[in-house]
Amino acid sequence: MNVAVEMDAVRQGELLDISEAGPAPKRVIAGFGFWIFLLSDIVMFSALFASYAVLVKATAGGPTAAQLFDQHNAAMETAFLLLSSYACGLMSLAVNSRYHLGIFFGAVVTFLLGAAFLNLELREFQGMIAVGAVPQRSAFLSAFFTLVGCHGLHVAVGLAWLVLMMVQLSLRGFQDVVVRRLHCFSLFWHALDIIWVLIFTVVYLMGVLP
Amino acid sequence: MTEMRWDLAPGDRPTIPVSEQKASSGFLVYTLGLLLAAILTVTSFWVANTSVIWAPGVPAGLAVLAIAQMGVHLVFFLHITTGPDSSHNVLALAFGVLIVFLVLAGSLVIMANLNENMMVHSEMMNLQMQH
Repeated sequence: MNVAVEMDAVRQGELLDISEAGPAPKRVIAGFGFWIFLLSDIVMFSALFASYAVLVKATAGGPTAAQLFDQHNAAMETAFLLLSSYACGLMSLAVNSRYHLGIFFGAVVTFLLGAAFLNLELREFQGMIAVGAVPQRSAFLSAFFTLVGCHGLHVAVGLAWLVLMMVQLSLRGFQDVVVRRLHCFSLFWHALDIIWVLIFTVVYLMGVLP
Repeated sequence: MTEMRWDLAPGDRPTIPVSEQKASSGFLVYTLGLLLAAILTVTSFWVANTSVIWAPGVPAGLAVLAIAQMGVHLVFFLHITTGPDSSHNVLALAFGVLIVFLVLAGSLVIMANLNENMMVHSEMMNLQMQH
């Protein structure tokens, strides 16, 4: 009886107005701080997007966007990253319900799809470099490699982070700090997918329009 | 109580204890997000390749589809909502969007203006752009 009343009081406390609820719990503050970092990252990407959009016609007689980009490849990369983001979301659900097998499975699928994305992107870069479309060739190619390479670098860092989180989870279990880091990772991974949406629209679809 | 279910800040845990939640509700949100994102992506690729749509309208259509898909990601994957825990996140997002808009629109407008006003001949323009 007493316990039930207390539970009710706790639940009321969580529904209080924001000015009456007191300091926010640490998980909310950590999420907010990481969200600020993600927004600053997105602002950095916006500068790269702006330079790409300005320089896209500056091919200096070299290969143009329409000659270089393969939409089939871009579609595959998009599918891999979107499904990886979905698997990451399911993994964070499994973290919420402390379901070990689900977390492990979600992490493996997220990692494999992210690695498949990175593999396709690196192959595309290799193919471009093989035909002489190196970053030094023109301002357009410098801007392209900076923008897409920066996103790829973020994906690579995210994959390393995921492995690190799995190691931490197996060593330390569901400590609050580990759960917070896992949530930050899923925010990071979803934000990368948002940036990829812009990349495939601006670079691979708009860039090759006649 | 049930309406509060998705009013969570990013990275937040549900206000309702997990045991009381329907196990499938979070799964449904992510799956719905995946479906919407997939539909928007496929539409983007179709718009870019079709000849049905008036060609000058295609970039605008692609921009609208991309913004819609970013909205889908924010709501269904990052759980940006209007909930009380999320108000700071929404404000920060609004500020971020303002900065992104200023950087993008400002750069494009200024560079287009420079090209127009400082380059008289088209061949000069090409020279300038070929650095």
